[in-house]
Amino acid sequence: MAAEPQRAKALDELVKGLWRENPVFIAVLGLCPALAVTNSLTNGLVMGLATTFVLVGSSLLVSLLRKVIPRPVRISVYIIIIATFVTTVDFVLAALMPVAHKQLGAFISLIVVNCLILGRQEAFSSRNSVGLALADALGMSGGFTLALALIGAVREVLGNGSLLGYPLFGEGFEPWVIMILPPGGFLTVGVLLVLFAWGKARLERRWTS
Amino acid sequence: MAAREPGSLRLMATLGFAGLVSGIVLVGVYLLTQPRILRNQWEALNAAIYRVLPGTTSVTTLVVREGTLSPYEGATGTVPTEQAVFAGYDEAGVLVGFAVPADGPGFMDTIKLLYGFDPGRRVIVGMQVLDSRETPGLGDKIITDERFQQNFRALAIDPSIVAVKRGEKAHPNEVDCITGATISSEAVVGILDRSAREWAPVLQPAGAARGEEGHGGRTAAR
Repeated sequence: MAAEPQRAKALDELVKGLWRENPVFIAVLGLCPALAVTNSLTNGLVMGLATTFVLVGSSLLVSLLRKVIPRPVRISVYIIIIATFVTTVDFVLAALMPVAHKQLGAFISLIVVNCLILGRQEAFSSRNSVGLALADALGMSGGFTLALALIGAVREVLGNGSLLGYPLFGEGFEPWVIMILPPGGFLTVGVLLVLFAWGKARLERRWTS
Repeated sequence: MAAREPGSLRLMATLGFAGLVSGIVLVGVYLLTQPRILRNQWEALNAAIYRVLPGTTSVTTLVVREGTLSPYEGATGTVPTEQAVFAGYDEAGVLVGFAVPADGPGFMDTIKLLYGFDPGRRVIVGMQVLDSRETPGLGDKIITDERFQQNFRALAIDPSIVAVKRGEKAHPNEVDCITGATISSEAVVGILDRSAREWAPVLQPAGAARGEEGHGGRTAAR
């Protein structure tokens, strides 16, 4: 009988990360990779999926061990767990996707300091059941991946005239090189933040009226 | 009432155990992925060697020991950790030239490249950038610009390699720079000039003959 509300709660945890509490566009977390590696859709997607692997793996483990890890050393243990997943993803990407690994460079190792990941362990996984922690991790990393893919797609189309490497426009298209340079990251994230905030405010107004 | 604080021993044991498990997992992942990572590195380098030495059908890896070249004795299909060059031979077994790795500062970060050197004619016969973080759309034209690449099909290293503005190349030792990527193109020229000056006395056609006899690190013909 308790299964129904439990399932509804898990679904809510899953959906909140995608939209209501989107880590990049609403919570403004993990902006370093969101700005640094999103100069193409592929790079945004690979970074998002690598972060997904780390967040889901760490959340599951932290939730499973939440009653065993002593409070005073919990953050250190979370970091050991996160660092293990990050190093694993670094090696696996270097072995299976050498080109993407080379393009993302140090930013794969830097997933370890992404505040989104440690933040979810402390705020959610260490206080909730494995099922809810999994739903939260999947929702948050899904929202993060979607955000990075969206930023990457906008920057690649405008800055390189292509999507996933395929040219979209004819010879006459002059790429806005600035969009694949660092300022383009700030411009794109800024515009998308405004659009998200505006869309969210409009929806909320409609619901309350 | 507050729960009793765990003792220091328990805290140390927890951290020690977490570190131990993490270490074991990482060693396992390392052992599983390392052969593949080394093979990827070798394949990328091997493809570049054939590209910078047109006409090559087989390659011998040579390492520098006490100032002279000797055949590499490590496992085939791995990148040597020592300073190495790669001798390329054509179908008749005649030396085409040497592929030499070189690096130096670019506009953003170190540029790593590989160039083909023909010691008989003292010319560079090909160049490929292996690794660079030059500005996308501008500096990275050193990789994509076909006209820039053409400079390195027969580039004399004597008296020295010099960079000139686009369209002003008049001598075989000059490189036409890329408009909008002047610093990156000049960096490539600087790296090539320094490296060629350093390597030219070592890379003699006679030195390669030794490698050919040894067949030490010769890889499968393509």
